[in-house]
Amino acid sequence: MIRGKPDEDDYWNNSKFKAFTFDDEDDDFTRLKESKRAVNSIRSLVEEEDEEDDVEKVSWSGEPVGSISWSVKETESSIRSTGEVRDQSFPKIHTAPSLPKNSSGYSLSSLFKGKAKTGSFQSFSESFGDPSIRNYAPELRKPKSEYKDYVSDWTPEETVKRMQQGKVYSLEKFRSLQDKLLLLDEAVNAHDGNVITAVLIYLKKSLSKEILFRELITREIALRHYIHYLKEIGEQKLLVELFKSMDRTEDMALMQYRDHLNVRDENKRRDFLKNCLSFPFSPDDATHVQDHYTLLERQIIIEANDKQVESSGQADIFKKYPRKASILNMPIITTLYYSCFYHYGESDGTFSSPANIRKTFRISDKQFLLTCLGARAKLKAWFDVDALFTTKNWLGYTKKRSPIGFHRIVDILQKNNAPVQVLQDYVNLVEDVEQKISLAQKYKCHDVIINTYRDLKDRQQLIVYRGKVERSSSEYRKIEEILSNSQLRWKN
Amino acid sequence: MAHSVRRDAPELPDFSLLKRLARDQLIYLLEQLPGRKDLFIEADLMSPLDRIANVTTLKQHDVDKLYKVEHKPIVSTSDQTVRGCFLYPLTNWFLFPDVVNADKAFGRFRRYKIIFSPQKFYACENLLEEQGIFGDVTTDEWSFYLLPLDDDIISLELPEFFRDYFLEGDQRWVRTAGSALHLLHSVYGPFSKVYGIGRCSKMAYESWREQVEEGEQRARQAEIGNVFLIDRDVDLVTPLCSQVVYEGLVDDIFRIKCGCVEFCPDVTSSDKSIKVMLNSQDKVFNEIRNEHFSQVFGFLSQKARNLQTAYDKRSGMDIKQMKTFVSEELKGLKQEHRLLSLHIGASESMMKKKTKQDFQELLKTEHSLLEGFEIRECISYIEEHINRQVSMVESMRLLCLLSLTENGLLPKDYRSLKNQFLQSYGIEHLLTFSNLKQLGLLVEQQPGETLTVMESRVGKLVNDKTAGKLTDAFSSLAKKSNFRALGRRLNLVPKSDEEYDLRVPRDMAYIFSGAYIPLSCKLIEQVLERDGWTGLEEVTRMLNGHEFAVTGKTRKGNTQSLKFIVVTTAITNSARLLESMLDNHA
Repeated sequence: MIRGKPDEDDYWNNSKFKAFTFDDEDDDFTRLKESKRAVNSIRSLVEEEDEEDDVEKVSWSGEPVGSISWSVKETESSIRSTGEVRDQSFPKIHTAPSLPKNSSGYSLSSLFKGKAKTGSFQSFSESFGDPSIRNYAPELRKPKSEYKDYVSDWTPEETVKRMQQGKVYSLEKFRSLQDKLLLLDEAVNAHDGNVITAVLIYLKKSLSKEILFRELITREIALRHYIHYLKEIGEQKLLVELFKSMDRTEDMALMQYRDHLNVRDENKRRDFLKNCLSFPFSPDDATHVQDHYTLLERQIIIEANDKQVESSGQADIFKKYPRKASILNMPIITTLYYSCFYHYGESDGTFSSPANIRKTFRISDKQFLLTCLGARAKLKAWFDVDALFTTKNWLGYTKKRSPIGFHRIVDILQKNNAPVQVLQDYVNLVEDVEQKISLAQKYKCHDVIINTYRDLKDRQQLIVYRGKVERSSSEYRKIEEILSNSQLRWKN
Repeated sequence: MAHSVRRDAPELPDFSLLKRLARDQLIYLLEQLPGRKDLFIEADLMSPLDRIANVTTLKQHDVDKLYKVEHKPIVSTSDQTVRGCFLYPLTNWFLFPDVVNADKAFGRFRRYKIIFSPQKFYACENLLEEQGIFGDVTTDEWSFYLLPLDDDIISLELPEFFRDYFLEGDQRWVRTAGSALHLLHSVYGPFSKVYGIGRCSKMAYESWREQVEEGEQRARQAEIGNVFLIDRDVDLVTPLCSQVVYEGLVDDIFRIKCGCVEFCPDVTSSDKSIKVMLNSQDKVFNEIRNEHFSQVFGFLSQKARNLQTAYDKRSGMDIKQMKTFVSEELKGLKQEHRLLSLHIGASESMMKKKTKQDFQELLKTEHSLLEGFEIRECISYIEEHINRQVSMVESMRLLCLLSLTENGLLPKDYRSLKNQFLQSYGIEHLLTFSNLKQLGLLVEQQPGETLTVMESRVGKLVNDKTAGKLTDAFSSLAKKSNFRALGRRLNLVPKSDEEYDLRVPRDMAYIFSGAYIPLSCKLIEQVLERDGWTGLEEVTRMLNGHEFAVTGKTRKGNTQSLKFIVVTTAITNSARLLESMLDNHA
């Protein structure tokens, strides 16, 4: 074999290295590049040593080193070696084929034969751990596309599978619309949202949005992934266009409306809401958004006014019950409560009056009563509470009426620490006798109990109840009196 | 259930192995970064991490300092930064590039590594790339799929699963579920039979099978027999009902997080809150966790008396006996004493809260809804609940329960209740209503049965695959819960006129005071009894189908009594379920 010939070996070891004097090169970066390049060719050189020698024999018979046969061989080996490096787990993808201007050096790698096996490989692995190398990683896309013709002839199915397994993949070869859609459909079939989104990101980059939107209409699952992705990365504008193109105008309106939550400043938020009024909401939601705008507009006015009144110390109510929080951005009912608390009795014309709020926001009688009751009871304004229920009939008699059961009213009053005198008036109004008695017992309204038993002519119960009250109390005396009343006709 | 363990029931597999696997992998990942480093942990990952490793373990592997991820520039002396975190929400990632760039502006050059748990997403890496810091930041995965919370409860700890899949329609966690199943299978399998119902379950099953085929198979002693996969949306009624067994109440009121609860000073009768692990290791808890709340007081006071007697033994002891008592019994008694006083405190506090909010009346309304009885009264109860601005989530829960049991609300009720809800709790909740509608949790009744008719007509015309797609599209428009029909068919709602003795539970309904048997549990019972879905065709049709049953290679007889292991994407309750539907914060 040629190898045995000492003079030939000599020639290899001397002339080729000397010609390029890599040993003397002390530029780190260059060395790095070269050592990587070398490593890419190691495998082929090691494996194909014999064949290579055959080729070389030819070359030494006159063929120039950079000839076609050389290049082809080099290309082949570089495919194989890149393929191998790329097979590593996927975070390394950008560092592996990361040689800038790799293409220029194909023929040179053969010149490494002698040294590459030992020295260069080491420097490669060392350099891998060197943080500085990472700087070059992101920009190293070019070689990949150059390999495109050779590697990654993976079908959509294989590609999706590789992506699921976290292996290296390449989407760039899916260039025709048909290929892209096949890939997308394959991802959807694999039920892996991670991959579906990855493919969509690629389609987003490589298709015009009109085309992408058009294709997504018939692909519900992919579409939902796309919408979710855009939501997460906050691409509002694109989402609006997407919804528009699909005629999903309500979704679009709601999504834009949602953005008001990001507006902190109340005046800006109000303006934002005003702008929302023109969005294509469903009729019901349009009313709600209109309410939202009106509400905030009023709250701003009320807040400014009350803040000023409170700080000037003009009004007693604010001195007695300082405001705990601002009214801005509170719900309608809270605003109504606030208004019943601080602005009760104001004329209908003012924005802050309960009546005005009730009318503007179409608050039901029941709701209004509950809220108002809560606020007035909190202030222990029992007279106001009374007035809420009092109605006059055409003869001028007054009667207490309520849109909700009086047992509920009792409950609310009790929670606001109403005194027994007030409570028992309302317990008395409970229609259901059993309920009345149990409420009266719960809240110790003795009079109600005693009177009810008397009206029921239930002597036994009255006697039982006498055992429960204290002997010296007025209740006891009252029961005694009733029991000794000979006019009453007891049922037992 | 957990009460009487039958003697022929198999032993539970040792799930602590899963923790060890997770810990070893975490250590391996840390070792990949030689030298001192700081660890930044996303809030959601803190509690699960606590169950896997402690600070000493981390320190042993050169972790210098631990930080909670806050999206602001990192002040750290170490030049390596390892960040562990969940992906969601992705939007926060916009802030991570700022961190790196701030460093760069200071002329510092630190290495960052993001460890995703349980897996990384391309979307996230793409973001790093777009922000120009791919390379400055490297990524890795901590395949921490399963966290055993108790002897028989394993969680994926993915609370975002529900919203992502059922509301957004994002299938990013499907493969994760498949991988978790794969892990369970390779450590405790092979499974003899897999049953399932629901689209997502089917996809997770397929993903798992794929992963099995990709990997190698080893023959081993199977520790798990049958597997039953079920989609959350097959049974939404159950999580929306008020819980009345002890553990459920503790969760509803104090919130159990990752098997841990924080009892407030109110409970501990001191000035501090105390964190308590709630699992079968806590002997007091273990005995009352599945008891109806009405039984718990009696049990606890009995226990207290026993404890007193045990302490009282001391009097009349001689020195030697006292010594044995102190060395052998005292520690146990003290421990029991501590636990007992905590659970008594918790019960008292729960009792107080529940009487304050008229729990009895609330339960009555729920039970009426489940029975389909006096619906108008229920609606006015809900209305008043809303009007009085009582807990928003509770109001929402009742509305959803109404919609699920009644197959949607009448349009006029829907409009009026929505209007009152928005007035009471804020207009921005129209976003929440839109979400609930999308999910089928709170919908308007469709006029007539038009959709179903259209569906079946279209279904006949086109082939199966397209029909499936169409059904999905339709079902997102009008998901029907069919609760009444299902309830009748499966006897989910026992007759209310019969007395239900809670001390001697006769069926699974006892967990809801005898008012309702959880649909999901009933389904599993039925399928296991029949060894498949035969005879349940009507039921599966009402549940939107996608049922399957696959027999593995080894097949065991079903004569043995069974032990149930629950594996879940996250432990949920009504509050967590509904809060994940809220959209009202920026």
